[in-house]
Amino acid sequence: MNDIYNRKVLAYFKKPKYYGKIQRPDGLGKVGNLVCGDVMWLYIKVGQRKDKRGKNEEYIKEAKFETFGCVAAIASSNAVCQIVRGKSIAEALKLTKGEVINDLGNLPPVKIHCSVLAIDALREAVYNYLKKNKKIIPPELKKQHQLIEKNQKLLQKRYKELF
Amino acid sequence: MNWALKGVAFKNKSKGNHLIISAIEHSCVRNTAQWLQSQGFEVTEIKPNRLGILNPKDIAKAIRKNTILVSIIHGQNEIGTLQPIGAIGKICRENKIYFHTDVSQTFGKIPINVNKMNIDLLTASSHKIYGPKGAACLFIREGVAIEPYLHGGGQENNLRPSTVNVPAIVGFAKAAELCQKEMATESLRLINLRNKLIKGILVSIKGSHLTGHPRKRLANNVNFWFDFVEGEAIVMKLDLLGICASTGSACSSQDLTPSYVLLSLGLPAYKAQGSLRLTLGRGTTEQDIDYTLQVLPQVIHDLRLISPFKKNYE
Repeated sequence: MNDIYNRKVLAYFKKPKYYGKIQRPDGLGKVGNLVCGDVMWLYIKVGQRKDKRGKNEEYIKEAKFETFGCVAAIASSNAVCQIVRGKSIAEALKLTKGEVINDLGNLPPVKIHCSVLAIDALREAVYNYLKKNKKIIPPELKKQHQLIEKNQKLLQKRYKELF
Repeated sequence: MNWALKGVAFKNKSKGNHLIISAIEHSCVRNTAQWLQSQGFEVTEIKPNRLGILNPKDIAKAIRKNTILVSIIHGQNEIGTLQPIGAIGKICRENKIYFHTDVSQTFGKIPINVNKMNIDLLTASSHKIYGPKGAACLFIREGVAIEPYLHGGGQENNLRPSTVNVPAIVGFAKAAELCQKEMATESLRLINLRNKLIKGILVSIKGSHLTGHPRKRLANNVNFWFDFVEGEAIVMKLDLLGICASTGSACSSQDLTPSYVLLSLGLPAYKAQGSLRLTLGRGTTEQDIDYTLQVLPQVIHDLRLISPFKKNYE
């Protein structure tokens, strides 16, 4: 069984450093995959700092996750939380599945969608933060949110006793 | 399995083109039946009840004028349920329809009498009873009309030409002999271990649900689903602890669909996602059961800590 995944994926799975809730998070992203059924919740805390040019910038101070899913889903969630800690919001939104998979070493082809789901969760958490604080939402993020929201409604129907 | 279905179907085409199978057949029967559909045959699938048991009356109702074969699994490989093949065989005989049963899971473990049970065709595998891989047997009652498996040199009454694999066959026969000798004691031993495992899990893990029938099941099969955790993750955690197990979760299949056997019980996909199958064998000891019962609650607990749904559970 443990030859499907590499050592790093297994290490993240065995001891995911960033699992759990953040109490009173600044942003919370809830996503799920309608095909396989995995569900991820990603929490963020946002901080303020000065960037290199002395301008104010917002960054992800903390990120944590809760995941109902397989080994790859749990490892991907953990990887995303680890990668985005300390990144500015603008940088975090640029995160690609390639970076997540790179961080993990690799993922079996059938599990690539798990890394995509973890990125969706992050983007949703950022969207949630921007929306709550009435900040400008990049059009691309908004579009993505609308897509995810549609899925979300179907998922909530499926997991109605759980959500 | 392939031979039984295809051979009977094609040989009896003039009598009809309808086959009946259950919704919980092993994929070798299921996929063969599916292929036969592409060849112009019709297939009716009979669903089990929530405990995974078929009702012979449902099979009687599905019989048509053009039905030529009924194929039903004896012991279900995933949820372990035992099907009433004696009653089903009787119905088939009364209706003059061939009855095939897949006894891969029960051969050498439960007494099977092809005459009393009105079985016309029966398949069993060597590797399931600790024999060499690559050998299997098909029982064909005398007089059953069946096309040959291969065409060639005339071996085995022209039904299965090609040179036989003698060492594998001898090994299979020896394995069967040993199974028969120890059948009574071994099945009693396994039933006791199985019941201990089932009871232990139900008692020590909240939100654990047994799938299949509590008693009408294989002596070596335990299948559960657990609230709010995913099966592949459970299997991996157990693997890292030295326990081999399997799951019907969508996550562990190549096409991301959950087990059709679990779905046929009426389980929604997300419940099938939390499924775990533990099987016992000749090498399983009471210490193995104790060890599993010792570590499994922690495995489920740890995964629930990561799961977003745990709050609703506590």
